[in-house]
Amino acid sequence: MKNKRYALPYVIWALLFIIGPIIITFFYAFGQEHFTLEYMAKAFSGSYFSVFLDSILIALIVTVICLALGYPAAYIVSRMQAGTARLAIILMVLPMWINFLLRTYAWRALLDDNGLINQLLMAVGIPAQQLLYTQGAVIMGLMYDFLPFMILPIYTALQKMDVSLLEASSDLGAGRVKTFTRVIFPLSLPGIISGVVMVFMPALTTFVVTELLGGGKYNMYGDLITEQFLVTSNWNFGSALAVVMFLLMLVSMVVIRRIDKDGEGYLL
Amino acid sequence: MKGFFRRFYIIIVLLFLYVPILTLIVFSFNESRTMAKWGGFSLKWYGELFTDTTILNALFVTLSIAVLAALISTVIGTVAALGINSLGKRAKSMLIGVSYIPMVNADIVTGVSMLLLFILLKVPRGYATMLIAHITFCLPYTTLSVLPRLRGMDEALYEAALDMGATPRQALRKVVLPDIMPGIVTGFILAFTLSFDDFVISFFSTQGVLPNLSIYIYSMAKKGIKPEINALSAIMFVVVITLLIIVNKRSPDVIATRKKVKNRTSTAQYEEQE
Repeated sequence: MKNKRYALPYVIWALLFIIGPIIITFFYAFGQEHFTLEYMAKAFSGSYFSVFLDSILIALIVTVICLALGYPAAYIVSRMQAGTARLAIILMVLPMWINFLLRTYAWRALLDDNGLINQLLMAVGIPAQQLLYTQGAVIMGLMYDFLPFMILPIYTALQKMDVSLLEASSDLGAGRVKTFTRVIFPLSLPGIISGVVMVFMPALTTFVVTELLGGGKYNMYGDLITEQFLVTSNWNFGSALAVVMFLLMLVSMVVIRRIDKDGEGYLL
Repeated sequence: MKGFFRRFYIIIVLLFLYVPILTLIVFSFNESRTMAKWGGFSLKWYGELFTDTTILNALFVTLSIAVLAALISTVIGTVAALGINSLGKRAKSMLIGVSYIPMVNADIVTGVSMLLLFILLKVPRGYATMLIAHITFCLPYTTLSVLPRLRGMDEALYEAALDMGATPRQALRKVVLPDIMPGIVTGFILAFTLSFDDFVISFFSTQGVLPNLSIYIYSMAKKGIKPEINALSAIMFVVVITLLIIVNKRSPDVIATRKKVKNRTSTAQYEEQE
């Protein structure tokens, strides 16, 4: 059963198509034949740096909203009877099977000036609002796409929790708030961390939602990278931007490993 | 009362998740071309869907890539899991670490870095580059689905088979393979759905020259999506629900493996055993 040689095809594949492309991206980011920091410096200057900060801010807002809405949902489902809970989880996973571009596109029809939401507003006497192509639409669209990614890991963490711990906590005199802050919340932390990472990075690097719901007015980091590769064909600078995202991912992994020392974790 | 509020909250969350999907399905029966107006009930888009060669071609690309990527990544991944399981501790954790890169890296970074590789090697962008990219991001999932199964396996069984006169090949096929089969199936399903769903990596690895469904939808999105696409997504939704019901009756676990979300948890369980 033990045969190291079996790992060989995978090692070759990983070297060629996982490690290789990353090295090439760094190579381009630092100026190919002639080493230069020009492109990396550009990524951290002027308007590019402000897009970086803006996208981090938006991604943070989306992450916080997803957490605020997703945590109670995950908690409620985890306290449901097994059958009902499973149904609820299946229902939450199901939308992911519909192409996310289409789901985002459907929001356009809903948020449109003559869309369903505005028609409902007008029906109750509120004048139609500009909903589409706003910052709010982008945040809502991102939140819509990533909410299940927040709910599922938290649910998994809560569901694994031993119920007798809660009984023990109340037997020992802790009130409901204290039981939550001292027992439930700490035990669900790995799920929260996992959810936060799975919402934050994709939100930061999106470019579809900003185009469809923001009308291209509210750029995220993903838009910036896409532009370099598809519009201006500035591969060196595009690579530098990709390197920034790659490094951010590495840093967040290190942080997570530190927070999540016992390897409880739902992540790495 | 408390129970009522809880149920109410979950229903609101579900409503939020389903409103856009229901919109798509409702408008697939819309006589009029736009999603802005309801022009009466009609099945015409369903009819036109099956004569629209552009959509059918895109669907073919998406499906064939998903099947091939899932098959190839399952084979390489399963063999890799056997190999990784035999490695020493350090080599093992290094390989697993590398496997995490495509899982946690932003899709756009994976996509553009593969594009740069293909540009540098002067590989023409198209079906082959899309397939390679898909196999690459599926591989970690298939490998890491099989690995915990191998670890949980009793090696004495394999040795017993050898003692009874089985060749290593026979023992592998008759003893090891059946034991790790659930992990292989899980990996395959994961790979298929990830590939089927992908847009960003497909888009960059082909520079958009070969439209699969996602790329096709993206290219239409700003002008307005053909209603035939709504019809197609309604059909796919029904197919998925039906499959889920069937699979759920047979083995509840498979559903739980849907998407990265759950997979991360299963790799974490794997890490826990380390």
